[in-house]
This record gives sequence, C-alpha cells and structure tokens, in this order.
Amino acid sequence: MARAKRGIKMVTIEDYGDYETAWCPGCGNFSILKAVKQALVAGNLRPHEVVFVSGIGQAAKAPHYLNANVFNGLHGRSLPVATGIKLANPELTVVVESGDGCNYGEGGNHLLAAIRRNIDVTLLVHNNQVYGLTKGQASPTSAEGFVTKAQPEGVASAPFNPIAVAVAMRTAFVARGFAEMGDGLSGLIQQGIAHRGFALIDVLQPCVSFNKVNTFAWYKQRCYTLPSAYDPTDWEAAMKVACEWGERIPIGIIYRNERPSFEDHFPVLSQGPLVDREAGRAMLKEIMEGYR
Amino acid sequence: MENSSDNKARHSLNILIGGEAGQGLVTVGQILAKSLVRSGYFICVTQSYQSRIRGGHNTFAIRVAVDEVIAPRESVDLLVALDRDTVSLYSGDLPSDGLIVLDGAFDIGGDSALKVPFRELAQERFSNIVALGVVGSLLGLDQELMAAAVDDFFGKKDTSLVAENHRALAAATGWAAANATLGRKLLTVSNPSRRLMINGNEAIALGAVSAGLRFYSFYPMTPSTSIALTLAGQAKRMGLIVEQAEDEIAAVNMAIGASFAGAPVMVGTSGGGFALMVEGVSLAAMTETPLVVVVAQRPAPATGLPTRTEQADLEFVLHAGHGEFPRAIFSPGTVEECFHLTRRAFELAERYQGPMFLLTDQFLADSYRAVAPFEVENVSPVRAGTEVAGSSQYVRFAITDSGVSPRLRPGMTEHLVVVDSDEHTEDGHITEDLSVRKQMVEKRLRKGEGIKAEVIPPGVDGDPNPELLLVSWGSTNGAVQEAASLMRSQGEKVATLHFSQVWPMVPEQFMGPLESARHVVSIEGNAFGQLGRLIRRETGFQIDKKVLRYDGLPLTPESILGELS
Repeated sequence: MARAKRGIKMVTIEDYGDYETAWCPGCGNFSILKAVKQALVAGNLRPHEVVFVSGIGQAAKAPHYLNANVFNGLHGRSLPVATGIKLANPELTVVVESGDGCNYGEGGNHLLAAIRRNIDVTLLVHNNQVYGLTKGQASPTSAEGFVTKAQPEGVASAPFNPIAVAVAMRTAFVARGFAEMGDGLSGLIQQGIAHRGFALIDVLQPCVSFNKVNTFAWYKQRCYTLPSAYDPTDWEAAMKVACEWGERIPIGIIYRNERPSFEDHFPVLSQGPLVDREAGRAMLKEIMEGYR
Repeated sequence: MENSSDNKARHSLNILIGGEAGQGLVTVGQILAKSLVRSGYFICVTQSYQSRIRGGHNTFAIRVAVDEVIAPRESVDLLVALDRDTVSLYSGDLPSDGLIVLDGAFDIGGDSALKVPFRELAQERFSNIVALGVVGSLLGLDQELMAAAVDDFFGKKDTSLVAENHRALAAATGWAAANATLGRKLLTVSNPSRRLMINGNEAIALGAVSAGLRFYSFYPMTPSTSIALTLAGQAKRMGLIVEQAEDEIAAVNMAIGASFAGAPVMVGTSGGGFALMVEGVSLAAMTETPLVVVVAQRPAPATGLPTRTEQADLEFVLHAGHGEFPRAIFSPGTVEECFHLTRRAFELAERYQGPMFLLTDQFLADSYRAVAPFEVENVSPVRAGTEVAGSSQYVRFAITDSGVSPRLRPGMTEHLVVVDSDEHTEDGHITEDLSVRKQMVEKRLRKGEGIKAEVIPPGVDGDPNPELLLVSWGSTNGAVQEAASLMRSQGEKVATLHFSQVWPMVPEQFMGPLESARHVVSIEGNAFGQLGRLIRRETGFQIDKKVLRYDGLPLTPESILGELS
C-alpha cells in the first residue's frame, strides 16, 4: 500500500521536519542529522516507512529531531530492538543511531551478534571518543592516556577499533565517515541503508564540550578519503585499511560483501510482516494431536 | 470405566526409574508414560536430574492411576533400577508388595528383586527398550501399543532400528510374561479416553501459539529451555520466528522490538536470566509494549540448583523493574492452567500494553500429565495494535480514562509511531515537563485498575468453616489439594485457598475464607513464605504457620502432612 503511493510524490527534506535540539552549538551531531535526512530523501524513503532505534546519549536523541517512527530505548540495547523490529516487519527500513558508548561499550555483545546475524539494519554510530551526556568520561574509543575527571591518570585501556572488528567479521557493509566531510556523508549513509545486510557506519565527530583532543582540526588534519581505485570487496586490503589510525584516518566504504541477510533464512518473512500471517488453526490442532 | 472385578488390584501405582544420565532413563520414562496415557491412565511425572549430561543419579517418577492424579508421591511401588545406586538409594522405600526390576548382572537386590537377564534379551544399546518391555508387561500394557509408542519416539525412518527395537521389546515382554508378576496388579481401563501427554512447558508453548505468538526470543536456561525447543520445532509449520539471542538482555529487547512492530511476543527464562531481563521489563512498561515473560523458577541465589525446583522468585518478579507500573503475575497450578493462563497473559499484555508474567517452576515445567486436548480451533488469537479510525492526527500515548492509548503498528499507516524510554509527551517525544510527567505516571497506573478488575479469584475448596485453611500458589496446588483431601477423609475440617494469579491481589476475593478459618497455614516452595508475606502486606492478615520446602524437591502430600501433624 505504502509502496504504491511512493511514486505519487517525491520525498523532500521538508517531509523530515526541522526541530529545535538539545545539543551544544557547534556539535558534530548537527551535520550528521542533516546528512541522515538527505540520505533518506535521496533514497526516496517516506517517514512512515522508516524506524529509527536509539539508545541513550546525545547521539541517541537524534531521532527525536526528524519525522519518522522512533523507538528510543535503553542504553546499549538498540541493536536487539532493531533486530526484533526488522524480523517482525521486514518491509520497514530500520536504522540504529547512537553513540560510541552505547554501541561499543554497553552494547558490545549485541554488535558482534548483529554482525554475525547480518540482519538488514543500518547502524550509524556517532563516534566522538567521549561520553557527552554524562559530561566527559572516557568512551571505548578514547585514546590511551586520554585524561578525564573519571580517568585523571589517563585512560589505561587500549581503544576499541570498530572498523577493524567489523571487517575481521566480514560485516556486509563497513564505512567510516566524518561529521564535517560534506555531502559525502549522506552518500555513505544512503549506501549503507541501501545495502542488504548489516551495515556499520562509524562517523567521527568532534565533541566541542568534552573532548579537547579530538577536535575538528585534529580530525581534519588526519582524515583522508579513500581513492576511487580502492576496492572495498578486497577483504585483505580492507583489513589493512581498517587498522589505519592515528596520523592518517581513512574515510569512505572500507569493506562490503553480498552475504545473504538474516531475514533470508526465514521463509515466513518472504510473505511480508509477521503480524499479517494468521496462525493456522488447523495446523495448530495437528501439532497438538502430536502429543497424543 | 475401570474394571473392578479384581478387588485386590490397585487404583494407582508409583513407578520410579533411576539411573545415570546418558542411560536413557528419560527415554524409558517418556515411552512408558505415553503408553500409560494411551492405555487410558492418568499420570503425574516428576523428573529429578542432576546438572550434568552423563553420570550422576537421575530419576523419572511416574505416578499412574485410573483416576486423575494431581500430585507426586514419595513412595515407590515399582522400582526400575538401571544402575546399582538406584537400588541402594530407594529399595528401602519399597513396601512389602513392591518390586525392584534390575539387571541380573548387578548381583544385588536380594531374592525379591526381579533380576532381568538384559544381556540375553538384547544388545546393551537396547537395554532401555528391554526395561520398558518388562515394566510394560508387569503393568499389563499391550505390546503393540508399546511398540507404536517406541516407533513414535524414535521415528520409523531407520527400518533396521525399528525392527531391532521391536525384537528387544518382544523378547522382554515374552521373558516377563513367563518369569514375573506384580503382587497387586494395576486396574485396567476399558474404553480409554484419548488424552495428550504433555508437560507444563509444552502446554505454555501451545497456549502461546494459540494466543497468536509470532516471535519468541530466548537464551537457553534450565528449566525454561524446553519452551523454546517446543516452539522451534513448530516454527516452520506455524510461521513463527524463534531466535536464540546472544544473552537474555538481547532476548527481551528483541521481543520488545518485535512487539512494537506488531508481533505478539513471549520470552522465557529462569531466575538468573530474568535478572538480566529486568531493565527490559521496565522498558516494556515505559514504552507500553505488550510482553509476556515466563519465569520457570529453580533454586537460587545465583546459579543455585540448576535442575531442581523452587518457588522463591515471587517477590523478585513482583518487584522486577525500576519504577512503578502495573503488571499481572499468573502462577499455573496444573498443566491445563499453563495453557489457559498463557493465553490470558497474552490477552492482558495486548489489552493493557505492558509486561505480564507467568511464574512456573522446574517441577511443573517438566511434569508430564494426561490432559484432555485443548480447544485450539475456536479460540481467537490476540490482535496486535488498534485501529485508529480516519483521524488526521495520531499520538501514541494519548491520555485516556482507562490509561490505554490506541496502539498503531509502525509502517501500517502514514501515522508515525514514536516511543521513548525517557518520560515522554503524548506524541512519544522526550520531555522534562514535570506536569506531563505526573499525567503520564497516572495514565500508566490507571491501566492497573483495569488489570485488577480482571483478576482471577483464588480457588476456594473444602469445608466452608474450616478448622484448617491451607493457602498455596502455583505448582504446589496438586500436593496441597491432595493433602487436604486426605485430611478430610480422616474427618478433619480442612479447606484450601489457592492462587493461580498472585498479582494484583484483590483482598475482597479471599478475606472471607482467611478470616473464617480457625488456623491458616501457608504452604510454599521457598524459605520466606513469600505468598504469606505478600498477603500480610496487602491485607494486614498474618498467617501464623508455614509449611515450607526449599531442598530442591517439589512439595508432596506426604511432606505436607508430615509437617502438619
């Protein structure tokens, strides 16, 4: 029904609304929010066809600032919720939007499981290498030695490299963006959403209030766009690029493949939303008779 | 119905099969139980096993009777010893007319034991079929009926296996017919009714599917796992999705996501797994998402006794989840109630849009019974979500008198469905407006009034002005009813008050019986007397005596009577 209507009117950026936010001026979230809206418009997705799932953190508030279906759940638990939504109704476009703390810290186990399942969900991680909502503690991606009030002697653990982990696990789509990279970011998001299977888009962003190390200038100096000759289907090359960090940080689609997505393993889902499948009463009776 | 020509024959018999894990005693037990049910008997099975795959000492006890049996017994009339330990552990419990069936090679058990030459009758790997044949023959079961039960259990694909099984069964029944009799035979049932042989977990799975379940997520945990296994076995035919999640946190959040998107959902676990789900319970309450949670209790704290039974999570489930929100907790007392109360939990979850609970335990989860087939064809499944007729505006959390807001499924209309774990406005967006906060708390709590109006009253049975009132909940129902009935047969004025729904409590439903009894005793499978404490909290009524069992085994009529005398 919804799909038939799609041709009638092209989706515009206005359809996704314009709302006041609770973010600090200069926050990288603004650019990411704009890029998300542009990606949805470019994909001609209508707001009611999309569900945003988020957790807790400044990034997790992003879905409140656009028009779409929203499930803003618990800290770290967006991926299981998104998986449940996609399995119940595979016709929905499901995007998870949350920060590095949510997805790489609290919800780390769910990230590994989502990659293994290859559920057709797009995970957009606002990665600012710090906890913003709780005012400046270290995140899983904070550099070793990063000093905060909670880690006054500097972070003692090594930072998590989400891209290397995702490539190692042959995630269907792995990309890194930078909040201030311009139109390229919405392109990455659009491709991630369009790619069938699980997509991880890690978006580096400055936190103007709590991260005085990884600033706009810090990222600008290091981020470089992967050349057009780079082949993201070459896994070994991708592993090498995925481990690049520090002086030079690659931006773009790092790796992709065409693994079958998780939903493909459930024949029942080829017939549309689970909810529309009426349980066969006669079959249930037959199953019950099996207990005689 | 029963043949009473032999007045020495027994109406009931307790069979205990014991052995090491891996010896196939559950196979013998299940096939024997099925043969008994197909022969028209009632059964009550108690499975007691250690948390290991091989070795250890396990038992499968079948109480079989011509009339309905509702509780296990501790005595043994027919002991089937697949190992030596079974003989030393249980032969002392045998009455004078009891019988031990064992392997002649054990060279123990005294003269009265029936020493079966297992190795002569079949190869070692068919020992369990030999044991089955001997016991079936002693009980007077039809050999063809047993052979059919064996085939149903193992399948008929491997024709040589089918033939070997039948050969072992025939050899065993032939040997038993020539060499063995049971002192007092079991009455036979003529024109047996067709019943299901089904346990608590299987009945929950069937009840859930009949209620419209579309999505079940879980992480394996004894004793809840067989709900998942039952559903997984039916998933393809019934068009369900059953997903083993990476942990219980994922399981509950996945179910909440699927429910939000319109699929009736359930999760099942035990205490430790439920502890991990608790934040999700609160999420379901805040986002007003239907969720059915089964907690199959086992002894705790922590890992406790993984394969034993207990009723110690009532207070936990009652209080699980931060913040205040309404819920219902059902505590099935029978396998039939496992089916019906699961359906009810689904209906309430959908009607009141929040978490609803079923509290069972290992004993009931694993206890096979003979039950009349459930009505599954003429019962309707829940409809997920509500219709919003022709309105141009939609808000997910509209404030209403009942507290229930119309629930649209995302993507089904052009209306947007927005929910938040933060306090939210009517349209589902995060808010810190404190007057909205107050309105939303009150809206959510108003749903509790509806839930309360639908509470199933506790069952009251027996003398209207009793000397003694026995109060119980959940799986202990059968043992308590039987204990009361035994006391009444001794001339005592005894009544029972049993809760199949433990929350919410509606004191008007049960204060009469509590106050009219001279003595009130609560009978529970925990060490605190948690139902008694809850009754006191809700009503001020102090139950002064408690019969409590927390050694990992189910309450039995004998254990209750022993404490009351």
